[in-house]
Amino acid sequence: MAIALTESAEPPAQVPEDLLLEVSGRSPWALAGRRLWRNRIAMAALGLFLLIIALSLAAPLYAHDVAKVNPFANNLSGTTVIDGHRVPLMQQGGGVLKLGETPIGPTWHLTNYFLGADQQGRDVMARLLYGGRSSLEIGVGSAVICCVIATVIALIAGYFGGVVDAVLSRLMDVIWAFPVFLLAISISTVLLTEANGLSIGPLHLVATSLWLPTLIIAFIYLPYVYRPIRGHVLSVSEKEFVQAGIAQGASDLRLIFSDILPNVVSVVIVLLPLMIATTILTESALSFLSIGVQPPNASWGTIISDGSDLLYTRPWVAIAPGIMIVLTVLSLNVLGDGVRDALDPRAKLRVEAG
Amino acid sequence: MAEQLLEVRNLKVSFRTEDGVVRAVDGVSFTVSEGETLGIVGESGSGKSVTMMSVMRLIIDPNATFEGEVIYKGRDLMSVNQAELRQVRGSEIAMIFQDPMTSLNPVYRVGWQISEQIRAHEHVSKHGARARAIELLQAVGIPHPAERVDDFPHQFSGGMRQRVMIAMALSCSPSLLIADEPTTALDVTIQAQILELIRKLKDEFGSAVVLITHDMGVVADVADRVAVMYAGRIVEMGSKHDVFYDAEHPYTWGLLGSIARIDRPKPRRLTAIRGLPPSLINLPSGCAFGPRCPQRFEMCDQVPELAPRAAFDHTDACHLDPTIKRSRRDLTIHPELVEGTNEQSA
Amino acid sequence: MLIFIVRRTLWTVLVLFTISVLVFVIFFKTPGVDPARQIAGRNPSPKVMAEIRHQFGLDRPFPVQYGLMMKKIFITHDLVSYSNQGTKVIPEIGAAAPATLSLVFGAAIIWVVMAILMGVAAAVLRGTVLDPILMIIALIGISMPVFWLGEVVNLVTQSRLHHTFLFSWVPPLGYTPFTQSPVLWFKGLIFPWITLSILYIGFYARVLRANLLEIQNEDYIRTARAKGLTERRVLFRHTLRNSMITFVSLFGLDFGVLVGGGALLTEVVFAIHGVGFLTYQSLTNLDLPVIMATVIYGAFFIVLANTLVDIAYAGLDPRVRPA
Repeated sequence: MAIALTESAEPPAQVPEDLLLEVSGRSPWALAGRRLWRNRIAMAALGLFLLIIALSLAAPLYAHDVAKVNPFANNLSGTTVIDGHRVPLMQQGGGVLKLGETPIGPTWHLTNYFLGADQQGRDVMARLLYGGRSSLEIGVGSAVICCVIATVIALIAGYFGGVVDAVLSRLMDVIWAFPVFLLAISISTVLLTEANGLSIGPLHLVATSLWLPTLIIAFIYLPYVYRPIRGHVLSVSEKEFVQAGIAQGASDLRLIFSDILPNVVSVVIVLLPLMIATTILTESALSFLSIGVQPPNASWGTIISDGSDLLYTRPWVAIAPGIMIVLTVLSLNVLGDGVRDALDPRAKLRVEAG
Repeated sequence: MAEQLLEVRNLKVSFRTEDGVVRAVDGVSFTVSEGETLGIVGESGSGKSVTMMSVMRLIIDPNATFEGEVIYKGRDLMSVNQAELRQVRGSEIAMIFQDPMTSLNPVYRVGWQISEQIRAHEHVSKHGARARAIELLQAVGIPHPAERVDDFPHQFSGGMRQRVMIAMALSCSPSLLIADEPTTALDVTIQAQILELIRKLKDEFGSAVVLITHDMGVVADVADRVAVMYAGRIVEMGSKHDVFYDAEHPYTWGLLGSIARIDRPKPRRLTAIRGLPPSLINLPSGCAFGPRCPQRFEMCDQVPELAPRAAFDHTDACHLDPTIKRSRRDLTIHPELVEGTNEQSA
Repeated sequence: MLIFIVRRTLWTVLVLFTISVLVFVIFFKTPGVDPARQIAGRNPSPKVMAEIRHQFGLDRPFPVQYGLMMKKIFITHDLVSYSNQGTKVIPEIGAAAPATLSLVFGAAIIWVVMAILMGVAAAVLRGTVLDPILMIIALIGISMPVFWLGEVVNLVTQSRLHHTFLFSWVPPLGYTPFTQSPVLWFKGLIFPWITLSILYIGFYARVLRANLLEIQNEDYIRTARAKGLTERRVLFRHTLRNSMITFVSLFGLDFGVLVGGGALLTEVVFAIHGVGFLTYQSLTNLDLPVIMATVIYGAFFIVLANTLVDIAYAGLDPRVRPA
């Protein structure tokens, strides 16, 4: 799906620019921060996102102290207490012929299989929280890595131009030309089917490491971040204050870091929440297809996959992780919109309705 | 005596923004008669564009509020319905804008855009409208009009594009043409051509013209009457001769004094108006020009009314007594001609 | 114009070549991975392994291997799937294509129409409460994983509410070719169409709205109003027309990706045996030849879509046309 890099900020009112002669003494960052703070919806979204992170980080706490389960161990013959009765986790009478087993459904008690059990008798709620950890680690990690590397490459290509730019941009074009999802599938398939994982010289990553999906996802989105940042670097490089710096004899490194980078950072900051949203969705899709997070690790995507066999009997196993993904991605999208509006230099011309 | 075409009465336009209410136009009144050319001069932020765009109600900003009346041929444009407004726009009052590159739709051919305007107001066939478009392109001086009528805007140079805009604006023979800084975005050599074109066409079509500019030279060239705006208000208005040779407001003096003249004997420093234009959110109480005015005195704490002080059709908004104005004016505009002065700005 | 087309065609061929090399490198040359074993599938016998090594020239130089691979895919069409009892891959893809095309075309029609309706409505109704409501709906649309949405839809239409008059007509999951039964073809595709399009409606409605609002502030829209045109004409003939430039280019790219097998999640969840489904199956079976073929097929369609989009872009925006 085409990444939303062409969406533009809320357009300004028709006040002609030259009418705003107000000179306030604050830095643009402070102004943007103030604007973002005042955007209640964006702040609520940020709060929701942080809450989800907190819940996911609390997974071990929940598993050990609240629910007292091990969410990674098969528990097919386990039992639990519901309404005073001791019941087996796997109930008789599942499947079409009613000869199989069906795990118990939600008990809606926080301490006791809140969302029920899955086919392996594991506590779905606890797995949900652990899954959140994996999904968020991979999502945030890959987005950050992608943005950092893409920015560095874009700075180099945009600043130095010429052959350097040509080579780097062509490289990015090659990755871009490859359909993003198919690229992810190809690389993941190859790397994950080797039981020994990936070994390149001294580097060794096991197939179950979360680093594999993280790096793969960071890699496939490089061109999507690289292009807009490079465009921005090019336009900033041509501005007069950079020319002035060159005339003063500043070194390349200094120019890149103190003149160009600060002006480009705002583009990255706007992209970041949207990229995290994208990477989380991508990871969940790859995990759903079993080429993302590998067992015994769980992520929201793998749990949905587990739950698809139980869909008609115990729908909550598949539905709950999806709801978590929707809430997380939604909050990131809203936050991303808010950040973009706050950093919009024309924002002075807008006013809250009413 | 020519008919009065347009009368703007106490127009006020404000915008609500994050930082407060911007009073872009703060009580502006003037008239335009049939066939006359009114030049509105002012610096950026004086409210001249907003005034004329409000006349055509082209400002569609939910944060804008409008007060006052705009009487055109007997009707108040501020209160007519959308259908009447559309009928006036383009056929009675037409407008050309500052940047011809962005003012023409890039995806349609220029002939199509001109025809669109014609057919919006008159019952003309496509063929007929296209023929008219070619005639208009010829009238504005575009070579090979029959071929160029099918070109896109990006295929024209800046000056040519502005000619296309003029052709489009005049396509329905409007009684009033508003030109918002038509030459600002063009090279100086092209500027003269465009102004000449406007002058020629207004006579041919019989239109009145309101020319907005920040350039006194442009006004001197084309206008019959001049209005000087500052901080959303008109500070001086009169015939071209009166405003240029008999200026009554210190701001006008400053503008005139800052023009380099080659016909003066002695070289001198250009008079600069010290200070910055005021914030339109926090307008100074009293005379808006007060904080920057070298002539300021106690009375300036009250807002001066725009009134005829020197002659019946030459109004200004300054409290200064007319009798002492002359010497002060000469000192400001051409100090080198005043006997016994040093090289000082007033 | 001719030069433009020729240049674009050459560029397309170059890109396809690059992608095919990349695919080849990924599948055959990733360090630590043995392609023969991957191709052979599960539990290969030594005889099969030897045959594979010979057929694919795994002991011969790199360019030869690449050449052999491409020959199998494009010329002789005898790329064979070892995991799947020797089924020929290319015809298999050909058989699966109609399902994917049916799914993607139907979804595309729905999403373009709905996105334009929502985007225009939101822009026109800006300032009223309907604008944020429409945009929140769009936002939720793009926040839902499509495979999960499909599962939820299935839950409702196939299971929970299947007995009600609302959904009793919904056939079991799967694809019925149009030639077999148009009615079943249609009924079986409605919910996949809706599911697939929700994501894109959300995205395109937002992009369109933002684009419309930005264009409305352009000088030429002000000129159009000054000409005395009706608001409706300004909206459709000027604002919307100019926003179509971005809309169509984005649409072309997404459409190409979907036709190329990008709809695999939807196909899997609704059991539609299209190209995407084939890709997925080959993943779970680790059927390397099929994966490679579907990936290259997908890439081909995307590059084709890119080229068509460029041509369409030139059609919509005269500024980029060669002089």
